[in-house]
Amino acid sequence: MTQRASRMRDRVAGVVAPAVLIVACALAWEAVARFGGFPPKLLPDLPTIAHAFVRLLESGTLAAATGATLARLGAGFALAAVVGVSVGVLMGRYLIVEDTLLPIVSFLYPIPGIAYAPLFVMWFGLGDLPSVLLVGVSASFTIIINAWKGVRAVRPIWLRSAHSMGADERTIFVKVILPASLPYVLTGLRLGLASAWRILVAVEMLMSVQQGLGWLIFGSQQFLNTDVMLATIAVIGAIGMLLEKQLFERVERYTLVRWGMMTA
Amino acid sequence: MAERIEVEGVSYEYQTDQRRVLAVRDASFTVEPSEFLCVLGPSGCGKTTIMNMLAGFLEPTAGEIRIGGRKQDGRLIDRGVVFQDFAQLFPWRTARRNVEFGLEVRGVPRAERRDAAMRFLKLVRLESFAESFPHQLSGGMQQRVAIARALAYNPGVLLMDEPFAALDAMTREEMQRQLADVWQQTRKTVVYITHNVTEAVYLADKVLVMAAHPGSVRAEIRLELPRPRDPLSDAFVEAQREILSHLGPHSSELEPERTPSPFATTRRPTGPAPQTKPEGGIP
Repeated sequence: MTQRASRMRDRVAGVVAPAVLIVACALAWEAVARFGGFPPKLLPDLPTIAHAFVRLLESGTLAAATGATLARLGAGFALAAVVGVSVGVLMGRYLIVEDTLLPIVSFLYPIPGIAYAPLFVMWFGLGDLPSVLLVGVSASFTIIINAWKGVRAVRPIWLRSAHSMGADERTIFVKVILPASLPYVLTGLRLGLASAWRILVAVEMLMSVQQGLGWLIFGSQQFLNTDVMLATIAVIGAIGMLLEKQLFERVERYTLVRWGMMTA
Repeated sequence: MAERIEVEGVSYEYQTDQRRVLAVRDASFTVEPSEFLCVLGPSGCGKTTIMNMLAGFLEPTAGEIRIGGRKQDGRLIDRGVVFQDFAQLFPWRTARRNVEFGLEVRGVPRAERRDAAMRFLKLVRLESFAESFPHQLSGGMQQRVAIARALAYNPGVLLMDEPFAALDAMTREEMQRQLADVWQQTRKTVVYITHNVTEAVYLADKVLVMAAHPGSVRAEIRLELPRPRDPLSDAFVEAQREILSHLGPHSSELEPERTPSPFATTRRPTGPAPQTKPEGGIP
């Protein structure tokens, strides 16, 4: 009874506390925007931003931009996920692959993806192809590193158990190593998606794409449309949060939490 | 199905940084089909090394091991293995699907697999926990699932490496009772590693008393007590006394076993560290 009551209290606190914080931040923003003495064109108040959001929504600009950006993000991230998980898992499993690839991966990992942007423009021209490739390249290294470490962190006793039951290399790979390395792989995918987002917004400006959220932000600069910029930034944040909640947390609840490999 | 195990002049030697270590010296013994053998000894007597060689995880540096007349060279998989570590179960599989693993490996069809798994879960009295994940089970229950898993694909011998050592005393006694029961129903050939004299006398037909440094067989004692055994009976106490006399005065000296694990994954640390899970959201 008391336990249930305290859980209720936790849940209420979990909703109320962030709500209070958000309202407080909004009020502070509003106060500075109205009475802070900044030009409204540079620091628009919330109703103006909301109005810009509605305008973007009604004109269809926002939907088109979001669609274009998500398509690039999806393609680039899918590329990074497939390449990253495959390479990482193989590195974790086979010493020869690790020895061959680790120096290269370690060398490339710290290079910011955006550094390749001018090269990619010269190689692939402008537009979607180099954008997707850049997103793929910059997201894949985190995924590789985490998948590799995930395989290496698989408990030897699981391999031993599987081995003792006569499992061959392929069976052990599919039925033991892949599920056992999931905690790290998921973390890698999460971080990979985050870096995909980060680079994509910048890339959209550099690659002169036709549509996109990044394009919307940088395009607004010429016209001092700070309200559009802020509305778009908020949309990026909201989409990221949605992906985290609806995608990763769901997968996590269904796998790691259910298996007791992670607490909820 | 139960197989005979023959161990003939088996030694195991390995190299550390400083010296060569003889973990097991010239061990010879036989386990008859359906016999329950306990290998008893202090830490450092090489009993786990013997177990690893029987399981095919390590290859003897001298001598030969035969199971069912065939040489154990690492390819022979006609044995079920139960480890001490509770973590041996796969956390991503339910109890039932853990038990099914060995049958999956052998390509047994789904329905048949399921039936067999349920039969063995019933044998260890866990049929009502078939759909539970390991983390939802107690240590004793997890070890029973591990026993069911090792039996489900019907191996000729069952190898157990101190499976109940990490359990509390009361649970351990209950587990021993159940294991004796399971063994009488399945009649497997069992090799059971332990450092607990009472446990050995409770379970075994035959006890192999080991000595340490180097690990070697000191005595082989046959137990003819009727089953189920009564730990408070005179005969039981007498058997314990006999075994203790073979163990000698220094038997309680504990030394960590230094045998390298064939599955050790210690390798040089290289490359960038993995990033840990962020607490916040994305991006």
